[in-house]
Amino acid sequence: MIPELGHFALILAALVSLILGTLPMIGAHTNRQAWIAVARPAATALAMLVTFSFACLTQAFVANDFSVVYVAQHSNSLLPIEYRVAGVWGGHEGSLLLWILMLTWWAFLVAVFSRELPDTMVARVLGTLGLVGFGFLLFILLTSNPFERLLPGAAEGRDLNPLLQDPGLVIHPPLLYMGYVGFSVAYAFAIAALLSGKLDAAWARWSRPWTMAAWIFLTLGIAMGSWWAYYELGWGGWWFWDPVENASFMPWLIGTALIHSLAVTEKRGSFKNWTVLLAISAFSLSLLGTFLVRSGVLTSVHAFATDPRRGIFILIFLVAVIGASLTLFAARAPKVGLGGRFGLVSRESLLLTNNVLLVVACATVLLGTLYPLLIDALGAGKISVGPPYFNAVFVPVMSPILFLMGIAPFARWKDASVADIAKAVKWALAIGVIVAIALPLVYGQWYALTALGLFFAAWIVATAILNFIERVQHTRAGRSFLATAFSQPRSFFGMHLAHIGIAVFVIGVTMVSSYQDEKDVKLAPGQSVDVAGYHFTFNGVKAVEGPNYVAAQGDFDLAVDGKFVRKMNPEKRNYHSSAMPMTEASIDAGLLRDVYVSLGEPIDRDKPEGEWAVRVYYKPFVDWIWGGCVLMSLGGLIAMLDRRYRVKARAATQLPAGTQQA
Amino acid sequence: MNRYYWILGAFAALVALLAVGLNLNPRDVPSPLVGKPAPAFTLPQLAEPDKTLSPKDMQGKVWLFNVWASWCVSCRQEHPVLVEFSKKVDIPLIGLNYKEVRGDGGFDMGKMPADEEKKLAWQRANTWLAQHGNPYKLTVMDLDGRVGIDYGVYGVPETYVIDKAGVIRMKHTGPVTPEILAKKIMPLLAELNK
Repeated sequence: MIPELGHFALILAALVSLILGTLPMIGAHTNRQAWIAVARPAATALAMLVTFSFACLTQAFVANDFSVVYVAQHSNSLLPIEYRVAGVWGGHEGSLLLWILMLTWWAFLVAVFSRELPDTMVARVLGTLGLVGFGFLLFILLTSNPFERLLPGAAEGRDLNPLLQDPGLVIHPPLLYMGYVGFSVAYAFAIAALLSGKLDAAWARWSRPWTMAAWIFLTLGIAMGSWWAYYELGWGGWWFWDPVENASFMPWLIGTALIHSLAVTEKRGSFKNWTVLLAISAFSLSLLGTFLVRSGVLTSVHAFATDPRRGIFILIFLVAVIGASLTLFAARAPKVGLGGRFGLVSRESLLLTNNVLLVVACATVLLGTLYPLLIDALGAGKISVGPPYFNAVFVPVMSPILFLMGIAPFARWKDASVADIAKAVKWALAIGVIVAIALPLVYGQWYALTALGLFFAAWIVATAILNFIERVQHTRAGRSFLATAFSQPRSFFGMHLAHIGIAVFVIGVTMVSSYQDEKDVKLAPGQSVDVAGYHFTFNGVKAVEGPNYVAAQGDFDLAVDGKFVRKMNPEKRNYHSSAMPMTEASIDAGLLRDVYVSLGEPIDRDKPEGEWAVRVYYKPFVDWIWGGCVLMSLGGLIAMLDRRYRVKARAATQLPAGTQQA
Repeated sequence: MNRYYWILGAFAALVALLAVGLNLNPRDVPSPLVGKPAPAFTLPQLAEPDKTLSPKDMQGKVWLFNVWASWCVSCRQEHPVLVEFSKKVDIPLIGLNYKEVRGDGGFDMGKMPADEEKKLAWQRANTWLAQHGNPYKLTVMDLDGRVGIDYGVYGVPETYVIDKAGVIRMKHTGPVTPEILAKKIMPLLAELNK
């Protein structure tokens, strides 16, 4: 009965989203107040209906209702409760439901926190979100109904994919989807602005905190996924350039460009067309990512069971949403003014360069992701594009971005002088060069790429500190340094914190790829192996039993300089429901390094008490990769909470000269 | 027209690529087993547990080898297609029942004795076929999944076409649909039986 209620709520939600997508839009066009006023209540009703429906599916999971096909395929009565709840988004149908849940929540938040926006604007923004939601609800109802019954019901479920039975599943998809779907708000603002013809600084100011919020979630979501892959897959890697990882990384790159471009549009009224195009692209790439994952055109660890109808539906949806948006953009863009002029060297020009580079980076990822498909479509065979391609193209594109990141905060708007900037950053340059030369030598061997990475990290941190000091000195006006420092706007703090986060991330990536060490060995009980000064002694394996698996648990002693540090217990798990054994690595994490043991296979299948294949890793600074991402998000959060977003947005008529009038 | 329309052109090209991509199957990775002799095995039969079957018993015939289990939800979807097939076509369809008990999440294998597993597997498989119809000439039981590993099974159901010389000619992963049967399997069977 409850699954039917959930299904019914979903049908009602589709109808409400259709109303939300049409009435307020027409109302805003023809200026009918009554129709415009439908937007907020409709968005609220939509969020409630979808939330109810989601709760119904969760209930079916918690209550082990195996007469629901989706539950029977992704759960099991032995499955611990937290994974039964998270199992809701462990498969195709449920994760789409999570997608639409996030969308309607974002729309609801816009409805609540948009009191100072003009009603027509709100109507158009919510209307756009309503139309997107309608498309997705239709997709779920027509091709991917999670409430479908299995009659007669199964006695027992097939269990959740063991790879997913991890706390990562509880956190990673919701964060990632919040980010993915969050770009729909920036997109809806862009479409609303294009429809009204009012592409102005006020629009940019409204969009900024929403875009930032989505970006924060996406950053955390991707970082979480990467960390999960690192400790769960047992391969020791943190990024695999898998098509689905790329699908989330592309909107991140464009979203990063977008938050910078929005800053220019807000402050200077420039780049308006560019900003709108980025907002449309960020969300389009989210949709494209959904298509790539759900249609099965590419193989990936994330791909779910595929059904050609689904692929065709998403493709049509993609054409409708992106095609209509780009057509609208192409029709309106020529009439949008250029905004404030700026010199060849200015903060605008530097940010524009950074933007172009980020878009190029995104294009290279897109190319690498779709290339196997292109080759296959041309009938030229099956290939896969792997890390060597991405690493080769990514370093040259990212290097200038990292360099410019240090300079841009010193450049003045409109027109800056190269000599002034050079004077301001010369010490940072010196520090960067010293670090690049010295640090790798301290750590062992000197490699050019290591030096380059460390140079950029030191450079970014040093310029951030210099810039901060300079700004405080300029705004002191007799007050103490500390008091002035703390009275700087939050967005300024946020920017530098996020940039330092990038530096921390770069250190992690550089160090781990330069100095990591790994050994693949065959160990019999009593034997030991050394890696990078860490001494592992293998004491054998014993059988242990989990709630829904049995495992061979290895027993290792970790010692440094002959002193015992800790026990490490990696496992090889055999879930009752799966043919594939799962590896649970054991990790000793630390600020400066992780050491990591994972258990392979017994050399002789019938003699688990004998020799085992064992892999040990030494990963210097690897946790800085995710620490950097957390700092970036934190910086974003602080910037988002800047006072000026809470002050009533100024009316469009008070905008700087050169802003276009509709 | 204005210069911004090039974006639409680029998008149209992307859509065309994706549309073509939809009709390709990336999982159609040529299985390393295609063109190789079917791996040998000797497994007990479901109908008569004392008798066994090996691929060499099928020598001289073109046959289909279908991997199934009662816990496999997609098998239910595929099953009517196979039943229909077995009524119309005179080609031996051999079933490989894959991890009947172990594959199902509901049992604690650590505590189950081997003979109990065997009894349960036979009982479950027979009940399932009685309920849904039996399209198989006979089914062999792969309780521990070792034969499945030799055949590279990575998802149930899977179907293999094996020729008169005992060579695997095709492998299909996932449920057999009427389209796949009509467009791929039947023409291949006709050709092999020439």
